[in-house]
Amino acid sequence: MSDVALALGGASFDGLVKIEELAGQGMVTLRGDLTDKAIVKAVKDVFGVALPDIRETAFSGSTGALWMSPDEALLLCSYDEAQAKADELAGKLADAHALVVNVSDARAVFQLKGSLLREVIAKLAPVDMSPDAFKPGMVRRTRMAQVAAAFWMDDASTARVVCFRSVGEYVFNLLSTAADTNASVGHYSS
Amino acid sequence: MLLITCPYCGVAAEETELHGGGEAHLKRFGPGSNDDDFTSYLFHRENPKGVHFERWRHVNGCGKWFHAARCTNTLEVFGTYKAQTTEPPKDILDTIRAKRPGFTWRDLA
Repeated sequence: MSDVALALGGASFDGLVKIEELAGQGMVTLRGDLTDKAIVKAVKDVFGVALPDIRETAFSGSTGALWMSPDEALLLCSYDEAQAKADELAGKLADAHALVVNVSDARAVFQLKGSLLREVIAKLAPVDMSPDAFKPGMVRRTRMAQVAAAFWMDDASTARVVCFRSVGEYVFNLLSTAADTNASVGHYSS
Repeated sequence: MLLITCPYCGVAAEETELHGGGEAHLKRFGPGSNDDDFTSYLFHRENPKGVHFERWRHVNGCGKWFHAARCTNTLEVFGTYKAQTTEPPKDILDTIRAKRPGFTWRDLA
């Protein structure tokens, strides 16, 4: 894969959490009624996951689906497969009221690793990040400082953040500042 | 701080995640209507101190428009409901009548 796919050329930062720009994340956006049986089945056939419930994620190996709104899902797969999978899904949904587009190059993806990731995210987004309120398996579309972003937790110490590619550098700088080793708050640490 | 629960994604969104869309339940008067109706539709808005019905958009979130009934004085939110309606649902009106006896808003009471 060429580096063209990366907004920041794989930037990374090590502080309270380790922040890395992820390469090779394919993203396919799906608009349509997420409760429509034909759409659910087509997604299952192509991406191997059932569409998640409200504000949840579903993963199966390298593919996954994120709930974005009642009529929007973001489907994840490897970058190289994204166009083929989007075409296949669009073909299966030709008769359904749905729209499928490969948006892999529209966004930047960052991975946050470390036990303090709740604290880092909570500094930037108006979201209750307490372990009782936001758990792995949930996804949240919100803002980070001044731009739209979404994030989800893969496990207790891993989160991924997606934002538009055009604001990738801004979000990376935000995350890096919030994760500065001298900026610990200790609110969520036990 | 104003916390409004989006009826589409269930998030108790903080004000900066939302965008206000003005007064709710306006009836559009377009081409062919008389000048009084058009003027009223275009310019005349409620500006109450108390119960108000508004449109909001969960702009940094699921992106949906919805309605909210709230008190402009105390920022208490009585309830939110989906956009596809021309009047507030009965349960929200009942809540408001219980909490603000005698309230009026346009032709609602």
